[in-house]
Amino acid sequence: MTSELIVFLVLSLVAVSSALGMISGRNAVYSALFLVLNFVTVAVFYLLLGAPFIAMSQITVYAGAIMVLFLFVIMLLGAESLAPANLLPWQRPLAILLAVILAVESIYLVFVRARSDAFVAAPDAAVNSMDNLREMAMILFNQFLLPFEVTSVLLLVAMVGAIVLTKQVKGEKR
Amino acid sequence: MVPVDYYIILSAILFTLGALGVLIRRNPLIIFMSIELMLNAGNLAFVAFGRSYEITKGELFFNGQIFVFFVIAVAAAEVAVGLALIVEIFKTRKNINIDEMNSLKG
Amino acid sequence: MHLSETISSGFFFLAPWLVFAPVTGLLINLIFGRQFSEKVIGTVASLASGAAFVVSVLLAYSVSINHGERVSVPLAEWIHIGTLQLDWTFRVDSLSTTMMLVVSGVGTLIHIYAIGYMHEDVRFKNDEGRYNRFFIFLNLFIAAMMILVSGDSFMMLFVGWEGVGLSSFLLIGFWYEMDTLARPSWANSNAAKKAFIVNRIGDFGFLIAGFLMFWYLGSFQFDEVFKAAPAIAESAPWVIVAITLFMLVGVAGKSAQIPLYIWLPDAMAGPTPVSALIHAATMVTAGVYLVARSAPLYTLVPQAQYIVAMVGAGTALFAATIAVGQYDIKKVLAYSTISQLGYMIAAVGMGAYVAGMFHLIAHAFFKALLFLSAGSVILGLERGHHAHAHHVSHVDHGKKKKEGKKKEEERGHNEEHGEAFDPGDMRNMGGMRKTMPLTFWLYLIGALALAGIFPLVGFWSKDEILLDASLHYTSVYWQLTIAAFFTAFYMGRQIWMVFFGEPRHAAAAHAQESPKVITVPLMILAGLSVLGGALNLPFEGFHNLGHWLGYTLGEVEALPLDLKVAGISTVLALLAILISWLIYGRNTLRAGQPDPLKRPLGFIFTGMENKWFVDEGYFAVIVNPFKKISQFLADVIDERFWHDFVHDTVILGTYNWLSEIALDRYADQKGIDAFANWLGDATQSVSATLRKVQNGFVRSYALAVMLGVVLILGYLIFK
Repeated sequence: MTSELIVFLVLSLVAVSSALGMISGRNAVYSALFLVLNFVTVAVFYLLLGAPFIAMSQITVYAGAIMVLFLFVIMLLGAESLAPANLLPWQRPLAILLAVILAVESIYLVFVRARSDAFVAAPDAAVNSMDNLREMAMILFNQFLLPFEVTSVLLLVAMVGAIVLTKQVKGEKR
Repeated sequence: MVPVDYYIILSAILFTLGALGVLIRRNPLIIFMSIELMLNAGNLAFVAFGRSYEITKGELFFNGQIFVFFVIAVAAAEVAVGLALIVEIFKTRKNINIDEMNSLKG
Repeated sequence: MHLSETISSGFFFLAPWLVFAPVTGLLINLIFGRQFSEKVIGTVASLASGAAFVVSVLLAYSVSINHGERVSVPLAEWIHIGTLQLDWTFRVDSLSTTMMLVVSGVGTLIHIYAIGYMHEDVRFKNDEGRYNRFFIFLNLFIAAMMILVSGDSFMMLFVGWEGVGLSSFLLIGFWYEMDTLARPSWANSNAAKKAFIVNRIGDFGFLIAGFLMFWYLGSFQFDEVFKAAPAIAESAPWVIVAITLFMLVGVAGKSAQIPLYIWLPDAMAGPTPVSALIHAATMVTAGVYLVARSAPLYTLVPQAQYIVAMVGAGTALFAATIAVGQYDIKKVLAYSTISQLGYMIAAVGMGAYVAGMFHLIAHAFFKALLFLSAGSVILGLERGHHAHAHHVSHVDHGKKKKEGKKKEEERGHNEEHGEAFDPGDMRNMGGMRKTMPLTFWLYLIGALALAGIFPLVGFWSKDEILLDASLHYTSVYWQLTIAAFFTAFYMGRQIWMVFFGEPRHAAAAHAQESPKVITVPLMILAGLSVLGGALNLPFEGFHNLGHWLGYTLGEVEALPLDLKVAGISTVLALLAILISWLIYGRNTLRAGQPDPLKRPLGFIFTGMENKWFVDEGYFAVIVNPFKKISQFLADVIDERFWHDFVHDTVILGTYNWLSEIALDRYADQKGIDAFANWLGDATQSVSATLRKVQNGFVRSYALAVMLGVVLILGYLIFK
C-alpha cells in the first residue's frame, strides 16, 4: 500500500460521495456545490495522471464557468422547491437496478476481460515543463487544427443560439 | 503505483452515478448536472487511458488530453444553449418539473 | 338446237317451270306488290298460273308424241343419307300431266275470276290493302300443287301435300279477324285451324305409310317402290295392307272422307275463289291422285281396296244427306264436294282409276263453275244490299227489317247498315233468275252437270263409276246410286230456292249482275262442263282418257255404255228433280217460312240440318277431354307442381337458404367477417397497449435507453 494508493482511495471516496450527494440533494444549490467539489477532485486526479493543463482548464472552465452558470440559473428560476407528486413511482427502483447492473457489468468488463498491466506512478516534475506544454500546443494546432476551428465555430453558434433563444420579441410580455 | 484499472473503475462508477441522476431526478437542472457528471467521467477515462498508453509505449502521448480539451469546450457550449432553453421553458410553464413536460405522450 | 329436234324429244326440260313460274309470280307480288295497282297484281298472278298451264300443255304434248313414254326430269339432289337416296325429280307421264292440266287450267281461270271477285270483296270488308296477299297465297298454292302432282317420289309428293295444306290454311283464314258476316270474331281463324289440324291427322297417316314404305320397300321413289312391292306382298302382305290403309288416312284428311271431312264445310269461310280452287277442283283431289298413283300397291291388296271403296261410298251417301238440310249456298256445295269426292275415292278404290280420274276432271269443271257462280250470286247480293241500304235513311235503325228470315245471330249489333247480313244464306235469296240472268244460266248448267244429266260431262263420268261399281261391289253401287238421287234432289232444291220465286230480302231484289271479268271464266267452265264428256265417251274408239291414262296405269278395261245403269241413274236424277220441284219449285218459299221438309221429316231433317251432330260428337269425345287434360297438365303439373313447388320452393328455396343462411350468415358473417374483424380489433388493442409506452415522460424514455445499453453491453460481454 503505497502512499499514492492511499491518496487515490481517499480522493476517489470524496469523488463518489460528492457525486452521490449531488444526485440526492434536495436543494439544487447543494447539488451544484457538490458537483463543484466533484470537479475539483477530478482535477486533482488529472494532476496525478500527469495532465496539468487539463486539470487547470477543468477547474477554470468546468468548475469556474459552467457551474457558475448553473448556479445563476438555479438562483434565477428559484428551483429549490419541487412539485411533490411522483408520476412514475415504478421508475426509481428500476433505474437503480439498471444502474447497479451497469456498474457490475463495467467492473466485470475491466477486471475479467480488459485487464491492463500498467501502473500509474506519480508524475515527475518534467510533466509541468514548458516543453511538454509546447509539445501539446504543437499537436493541438497542427494535427487537430480542424477540430479546433470547428470547436470555435461551435462556441460561436452556441453563443448566438443562447442569445436568440432568450431574446425578447417586441411587444411580448415577460 | 495505482493500477490504471482503478481509474477506469472509478470512471465507470461516476458514470453510473451520473446516469442514475438523469433517470431519477425530476429537476431538469439536476439532470443537466448529472449529464455533466457523465461527461466528466468520460474525460477521466480518456486521460487515464492516454496515460496508460504513454506508460506502456514509453513515449509522450497527448491525444487523450486533447480530446478532453475538446469535450470540455463542447460541454460548455452545450450548457449555454441548454440552460437558455430551460429558462425559456420556465418562462412559459412557470415550473420546470420534467414530468409535467409530457406533451409528446402518444 | 333445231326446232324439229326439240319437238321430237319434247319439252320435258321445261318441267321445273311448273313450279318456278308460280313462285316467280308470288315473289314479284310479294316484293313489288305494294306499288302495283290491283289489275297489275292480278295480271301477274294469272300470268304466272297461265305460264304453268302452258308448260303443262307442252309437257302433255311431249308425252303424247313420245307415245306415252314416261320421262323423269331431275332438278337437284335432295337427301343422300345412307340407304336413303332422294332427289328433286319431276315425273312427266300421262297421269301427272292430266293433273297438271286440270290444276293449272282451272287455276288460271279462277285467278282471272279472282281479280274481279277480290276487287269487290276487299271493298265490302273495308281492307283494300289485303288484295295483294290473296294473290301471293294463290300462287303459292299453285306452286305447291304442282310439286305434288309432278313429284317423282312419295316424299316430293308429301312436300307438295304439306304445301297445299299450308296454302289452304292461309287462304281459309284470309279474313282471319272476322267471321263470314264480317263481324269481329274468331270464327274464320278457327276454321283455318280446324282445316290444318284435321289435315295434320291425315298427314300423320301418310307419314306412317311413308315410314313403312321406306323400311320394308327401301325407297320412296315411285318406280322403286312399285318394283319392290310384289315381293313383299308375297312374303308379308300385311305390310302392303298397312301402307295402303295408312295412306287412306291421309287421303281421308286431304280429300275430306269419313271421318276427317269435318274441315271442309268450315273451310267455306274463305273467299269463294278459294273454295272453288282448293276445296273443289284441286287440293281435295290430291287424295284421289295419290291413290291413282299408288295403283300398283292397291291392286296387290284387294282387302284394302274394298275398304277404300266402302269409305268412299259411305262418304258419298252421308254427305249427300247433309247437303239436303243446308241453308248456306256454299255449304250445300261443300257437302256436295265431299259427296263427289266419295265417288272418286270409291272409283279408285275399286280399281277404276280411269273412271275416278275422269270424274275428277269433270268435277273440277262443274264444281268450280258452281262455286264461282255462287260467288257471283253472293257478290250480287252484296251489291244489292249496299245499293238498297243507301236508299234507306239511317233513322230506320230501330225498325227491324222484316223481309227475309234472319239468322238469330244477326240481331243486335249494328254495322253500317243496321243489321248483319249474310249474303250466302239462301233464305235471303229468291228470284235471282230475273236479277242475275247470266249467272242463273251458268249455274243451271253446273247443277245439271252435277246431277248427272245427259249429255253434260257429269253424266258420263258418274255413269262410268256406277258401272264399275255394279261390276265390283254391289253395296257400293247402291250407296252411290242413292247418293246420286240425293245429289239431284239438293241441287234442284238449291236452284228453286235461289233463282225462282220472289226475292225474300231487299238485297236479293236489288241484286246486280257481275262484271265480265267474273262471268267470262264462268262461261269457259260452263263450256267445258257441256263438252267435257268427249274426254272419255264410253264408245268404241272414243275412250280417249282411258287410252291416255293407260300409258301410266296399264291397260284399262274399256267398258262400253251400259244402258241399264245409265237408265237407272238418269231416271233417279229426273225423279229427284221432279220431287224437288214439287216441294220447292211449285210453291216457292216465302220470306220467313221454314223449310217445307222440316215437318214431314221431323228429327231426320234436324239431323241433316245439323250435319248429324258429328262436330259436336268430336268435341265431346276428343277435343274437350284433350283440352281438360292439357289444362290439367299446364295448371297443376306444370304450374303448381313443377313451377311453384319444385322450382320456386325446392330449388329456389334451397338456393336462397344456402346463400342467405348457410353461406351469408354463418360462413361469411360469423366465419370470415369475424376473423377479419378480429384481426382489425386485435391490431387496435395491441397498438392501444403498445401505445402506453409513449407516455410522454422523458425519464421513462431515458430508462429505456439505459435498459438498451445494459442489455447490449451484457450481450457483448457475455456472448
